[in-house]
Amino acid sequence: METIQSRIHLFKDMSVMLGRSMRHVSRSIDTIITVTIMPIAMMLLFVYVLGGAIQAGTDNYVDYLLPGILLIAVANSVGYTSFRLFTDVQRGIFERFNSMPVARSAALWGHVLTSLLSNVISLLVIILVALIMGFRPTAGILSWLAVLGILMLFTLALTWIAAIAGLAAKTVDGASVIAYPIHFLPLISSAFVPTASMPSGVRAFAENQPVTPIVEAVRALLFSKPVGSDIWVALAWCIAIMVVAYVFAMIVYKRKA
Amino acid sequence: MQNTIQVIGLKKSYRDLHVLKGVDLEVARGSIFALLGSNGAGKTTVVKILTTLLQQDSGTATVNGFDVVLQPSQVRQSISLTGQFAAVDDILTGRENIVMIARLRHIKHPHQVADDLLRRLGLTAAANRRAATYSGGMRRRLDIAMSLVGESPVIFLDEPTTGLDPEARIEVWNIIKELAASGTTVFLTTQYLEEAEQLANQIAILHEAGLS
Repeated sequence: METIQSRIHLFKDMSVMLGRSMRHVSRSIDTIITVTIMPIAMMLLFVYVLGGAIQAGTDNYVDYLLPGILLIAVANSVGYTSFRLFTDVQRGIFERFNSMPVARSAALWGHVLTSLLSNVISLLVIILVALIMGFRPTAGILSWLAVLGILMLFTLALTWIAAIAGLAAKTVDGASVIAYPIHFLPLISSAFVPTASMPSGVRAFAENQPVTPIVEAVRALLFSKPVGSDIWVALAWCIAIMVVAYVFAMIVYKRKA
Repeated sequence: MQNTIQVIGLKKSYRDLHVLKGVDLEVARGSIFALLGSNGAGKTTVVKILTTLLQQDSGTATVNGFDVVLQPSQVRQSISLTGQFAAVDDILTGRENIVMIARLRHIKHPHQVADDLLRRLGLTAAANRRAATYSGGMRRRLDIAMSLVGESPVIFLDEPTTGLDPEARIEVWNIIKELAASGTTVFLTTQYLEEAEQLANQIAILHEAGLS
């Protein structure tokens, strides 16, 4: 009886925390620009300015580009998750929650769920713009669900990395510095052009980092092509990063908050 | 008469730094207790231990009859903490801040509770403004309002008037006096002897890591 009650409380507490930090997202123009508007602007730039000169093997370049743009949107958001967590630790908000009869993990999970939900909303907006630009996927409902699943796993993996940075940082710059290396990964991958066109050293890096198999798997799913081994490599990367980052984040959280 | 807070032989060190070397204190129900000390004397450490945020190395502490180490969730049911730095959410409005705390305490009619507290602390006119736009005194009042949600029998205020102008300080003093008059036990820390004398029934001075 008591455990059921405390579980209900945990969900209620988490939904309060989620509502709170979703307000942080929706009231920050800066966040919305970086996470949703910037990727859309990049998509417009690449399709309408550079796209004519890029040989990616699709009739409409937006068909090739969209998966990479979606990952860039997620990658852009992680710095903000770190920042929001850092502010909560620094301002004593976590201390206030922890001195209240609130489930300990609710505050942290509130941030993680916010990252998931806000990214799903922003990805939907970006996909809508791509559809207006002539993006015509052939995927059925199951493939779309698989795409959603992979993108959510990718978001979770990056969110837990962001959580480590946000909880462990001593300065606000330290909290958001984690975003920079993550921003680079989509740029040196098959997000914009096929890796076959790259010099061998760059190509080796591009083909063996997590973003390329994720992009390839999403692209194959969207256009009903065989996903091959990419989807398994993509899942392995996402799950491995997520588990390791989660464990470290929990260690830091228990020590800090 | 049973004491609301009972502390015996409390010790806490951070590596080689002995912050608390055996602190004993008793706080009677419904009284205002002031813990006086300079910066770094360990006042916040005592507050953190009593509010279950930190564990002592040795000694025992009970709050509202519950042991802070063995019964932390019962302690948390009994207390409210207003930390050293106003822990308000800047992005939310004053009302949203209070409603959030009321929801986390699973109180019925959170909006009603928020309206009452906003009125009581003179924040009704600013209720729908973001906390980021508040002055130092208003932030502190909002911070205290958030601690009053749920009418906890024991309230901890860690340096509630540090950084406030004289007028805002007197406002906070009046709030604390009203609280104690309504039967709440108040545990506050301060750097100012004058403040302790103004407010408290009982004063303890923390220095050289012990009480005198």
